[in-house]
Amino acid sequence: MGQSVQQPRGRTKVRPLSPSEGGGWVRVLSIVALAAIWELAIWAFEPNHLPHLSKVAEAFWELATTPGPWSCHRDTNLFWEIISQSGLGCNLGFTLFRAGAGFFSAMIIGSVIGILLGRFRSLDRFFDGWIVLGLNLPALVVGILCYVWFGLSEFALILALAINKVPLVAVMVREGAASIQPELIHVAKAFRLSWFQTLRKVYLPQLYPYFMASARAGLALIWKIVLVLEFIGQSQGVGFQFQIFFSNFEIEKVLAYTFSFIAVVMLIETFIMRPMDRKATRWRM
Amino acid sequence: MFLEVDVAEKKFPSVEGGEFVALSGLKFSVSKGQFTCLVGPSGTGKTTLLNILSGLDTKYQGSVSIDGKTPKAALPLGYMFQSPRLMPWLTVLENVSIVANEEARSEGRPEKLLEEMDLGDFMQTYPNRLSGGMQRRAALARAFVNQPPMLLLDEPFISLDTPVADRLRHLLLDLCQAHNATVVFVTHDLREAVQLGDRILFMSPSPGRVVLDKPVELARPRVSEGEEMETFRSQLLKDHPDILAGLDKEEAAIVPAHQ
Repeated sequence: MGQSVQQPRGRTKVRPLSPSEGGGWVRVLSIVALAAIWELAIWAFEPNHLPHLSKVAEAFWELATTPGPWSCHRDTNLFWEIISQSGLGCNLGFTLFRAGAGFFSAMIIGSVIGILLGRFRSLDRFFDGWIVLGLNLPALVVGILCYVWFGLSEFALILALAINKVPLVAVMVREGAASIQPELIHVAKAFRLSWFQTLRKVYLPQLYPYFMASARAGLALIWKIVLVLEFIGQSQGVGFQFQIFFSNFEIEKVLAYTFSFIAVVMLIETFIMRPMDRKATRWRM
Repeated sequence: MFLEVDVAEKKFPSVEGGEFVALSGLKFSVSKGQFTCLVGPSGTGKTTLLNILSGLDTKYQGSVSIDGKTPKAALPLGYMFQSPRLMPWLTVLENVSIVANEEARSEGRPEKLLEEMDLGDFMQTYPNRLSGGMQRRAALARAFVNQPPMLLLDEPFISLDTPVADRLRHLLLDLCQAHNATVVFVTHDLREAVQLGDRILFMSPSPGRVVLDKPVELARPRVSEGEEMETFRSQLLKDHPDILAGLDKEEAAIVPAHQ
C-alpha cells in the first residue's frame, strides 16, 4: 500500500525570514534606517520639539534609574532591580497590570458571550443591537462614565477597559462559534466523549484562530485606551506621566516612555503571543 | 437478536417548508457478530439510519435496540463516517487515543492498531500530511480502538484506489472476525457488499425501507471479482432486475426475507 505523504494544504502564506536567512539583520537594518531618517529630519528642518535620539536615550536612563515615589526601595546594584524600582519601571508596572486585568476580564467575558451568541441564533438576534451599540460607543465616553459612576479608582479603569473590548471579542468569537464544523462535533458525540473533552479537544481548537485574532485586536485597543484613561483619571501609570510631561513640554521624556512602552508590547508579542500562536497552529505547517 | 430496528418514520424539514420522509417502515434485525451490508442508491436514508443507530439522531418514530438498550444508552459504538473526519489539530495517534477508553489505553491499543494499519511511522503526523487512504486507515483504527460490540461504517472505502480499498477491506474483516463485532456496512457498490457481507439488505429509494434481504452464503476469504462472487452477483441482478434499475419505488416489489 502506498505511503504517499501529502504536502500540507491550506492558505499560501508569505513566510517570514528566519534569523539564519538574515531576518534578524533585516529588522536591525530597518530600525537603523528609521533612526537615520529621524536624525536627518532634525538636521534638515531643525524642529523645536523633535529631540535627538541621544537626548531621548539620556532621558530614558534618567527615568529608568531614578526611584519612583511608590516603589519599595532596596539597596541593590542589579540593573533589573534598579529599573523595576524606578519611576519608569513602576509606572510601566501599573499600566501593564491595568491593561492585563482589563484584557483578561474582557477575553473571558467576551468569549463566553461570543460562544453563546454563535451557538444560539435567537440570542444572537436579541443581543445583536447591544453588540453594535457596544462597538460604536466611544472609548473615552465609557471611561468618563465609569469614572463618574465608580470614582477615579482602579476598578473603574479596568471596568472601562473591559467594556470597551468585550464587544470586539464577542463579535470575533461569535463568528468562530457559528462556523464550528458539526461533523467533528458528531464524531465527539458518536464516540461518547465527555463534555470537557469535547470542549478542549474538538470545540476550542476550532475557535483558536478567532481567540488569537480577538486577543491581538483587543490588545492593540487596550494599549491605546489605558493610556487615555490614565491620562484623565489616575495618579500613576504611563498615561499619568504623559500628562505631567505634556504640561512641562518634556518631549524627550514623552518619547522615552513611548519607546519603553512599545518595547514592552513587542516583548509580549515576541515571547508570548507568537510562541502561543506557533504552538497552536503547528498542524497547519 | 443483537440489533433490532423498527423505524416507522423519520422526517426532515424540506427546503420548501414542508417535510421530507427519509425512512418509512424500515424494519430488520441483526444477530451478534453478523456482517450486514446496506445497499441502495444515493438518498435512500442509509446515512440517516446509521446516525439513528449511533444515537446521533434521536428524533424518529419507532424503536431501535442494541443488545436490549437504546442507541444512546448502549456502549459507545465504532463509527466510521463517509469522510475520515479526523481532527486536523491532533496527530494521528491523538486522534485515535482521544476516543480510546481506559482499558484500550492501558493496553497500548491505539499504537498497536496504527502499527497494524501500517501507520506506525505516522503516529506523530498531522492528518493534513496524509493521503486519503492513510486518513481512512486512521479513521478505521479510531472506530476499532475500543473493540466495540458494533461497528457502523458509512461507505468507508469510497473513492479509494482498488488496491488500497482491497487492503482496507481485508484489514476490516480480520479485525471484525477477531473480535466478533457486529457490523452494519453502508455501500452502494454491490461487489463490495458481496465480498464483505454475511447478508445484504437492499434499500428502496426515498423513503428508505428494506426491499430485499439476501444472505451471502459464499466461503471466505472471498476474492474480489472472483468467479464465485461474480456468479452470485450476476444471479442476484438477474433475479431482481429492479435492484439494477435503482430499486425504482413503483416497480420494486417487496421480496420476502431470505428468499
